[in-house]
Amino acid sequence: MQIAEQIRAFIAENFLFGPCDELGDNESFLESGILDSTGVLQLVDFLEQAYGVKVEDEELIPDNLDSIEKISAYLERKLHGACAGATPAVQTADAGGRL
Amino acid sequence: MDLLRLDAAAECSRITGAIRQIVFHELKRKGAVVGVSGGIDSTVVAFLCARALGPERVFALFLPEEDSSPDSLRLGRLVAESLRIRSAVEDVGPLLRAARCYERRDDAIRLAAPEYGAGYKSKIVLPDLLHASGYPIFSVVVQTPAGDTRTVRLSMAAYLGVVAATNFKQRARKMMEYHYADLLQYAVAGTPNRLEYDQGFFVKNGDGAADFKPIAHLYKSQVYRLAEYLGVPEEVRRRKPTTDTYSLEQSQEEFYFTLPLEKMDLCLYGIDHGMTAGELAALVEMKPEQVERVFGMIRSKRRMARYLHAQPMLVQEVSAR
Repeated sequence: MQIAEQIRAFIAENFLFGPCDELGDNESFLESGILDSTGVLQLVDFLEQAYGVKVEDEELIPDNLDSIEKISAYLERKLHGACAGATPAVQTADAGGRL
Repeated sequence: MDLLRLDAAAECSRITGAIRQIVFHELKRKGAVVGVSGGIDSTVVAFLCARALGPERVFALFLPEEDSSPDSLRLGRLVAESLRIRSAVEDVGPLLRAARCYERRDDAIRLAAPEYGAGYKSKIVLPDLLHASGYPIFSVVVQTPAGDTRTVRLSMAAYLGVVAATNFKQRARKMMEYHYADLLQYAVAGTPNRLEYDQGFFVKNGDGAADFKPIAHLYKSQVYRLAEYLGVPEEVRRRKPTTDTYSLEQSQEEFYFTLPLEKMDLCLYGIDHGMTAGELAALVEMKPEQVERVFGMIRSKRRMARYLHAQPMLVQEVSAR
């Protein structure tokens, strides 16, 4: 599964409680009310656990996390850029777990 | 331009009339119980209730626990004495210990700061969002017995653990308020101002629970104006608003509102009256993009507050008249 699809599955299971076919890759989580600040915490926990990355405080900004596309791009940068050594240990079974 | 101007005499008359109508005629209770924290909001509510119902029909409760500032009890007593209303101190600390409130909170803090132990103090804080574009993510500030502090971002489990544990405090207090309400056949007065009510700065079934909320329509600065008109002791009026919930002193700005309350007042007023960020910027001495960010936070907190305000939902309408 591609990163974008994994993120979509996580959002669907944890915040929409059902299919999210209508959620566009560019749709803002904040503007659509899908994620609040607690939701962002859950998203960060998911990203750190599922992809083995460390989300730094200064990276906690909408430019990185406010849509499926932005998260995908952010993760690509983390996994293949500054954090090139990180192993993408995707744990899809945990994607729906409430931390 | 004073957007939040208030005719204090007229407003006092309007509120006291409403309190009499609600307590005596709609709720059919004999008076009001007010949990008095020594802060401006609960003090103004106690003053309004005493004016509306008569001081003999108002009962003040002081509800300290292990992390309460001694000022809260001292100022609460000052309020009761100046109004000549009956009062009682109920230390909810033992009740909270029995519920393992402190233990659960400390366990949650240790998820972020494993060294946290005896003699440490803590509070949770939000970042300064006026000068950054990040999300309002909580961190815990821990202070060693020697006074050294460090700040650590909370995971979701740690954040929810701290909040779920400390919410025992507001719920224990409300339980005690309703105990006295049952004893005296009184109604329980809630004390939120408009910022708190609108933005969900309360604990569901804790300080959010009450039979009436007489200042929920007033902005914080209007509460201060009413306090002055009512003759609230100056020391109470000058006291900095605090959550009085954590062992380290914590302002309401750093815990919830993220900007000074007088600016928050104006931003909330502006959003409710269709003002643009550009129109409001000069009034609050902020940049339009900062006001826009505050507008976003206000809308986000309103969405979160829907659950807090929601009454129990039924599958089908039930007539219970």
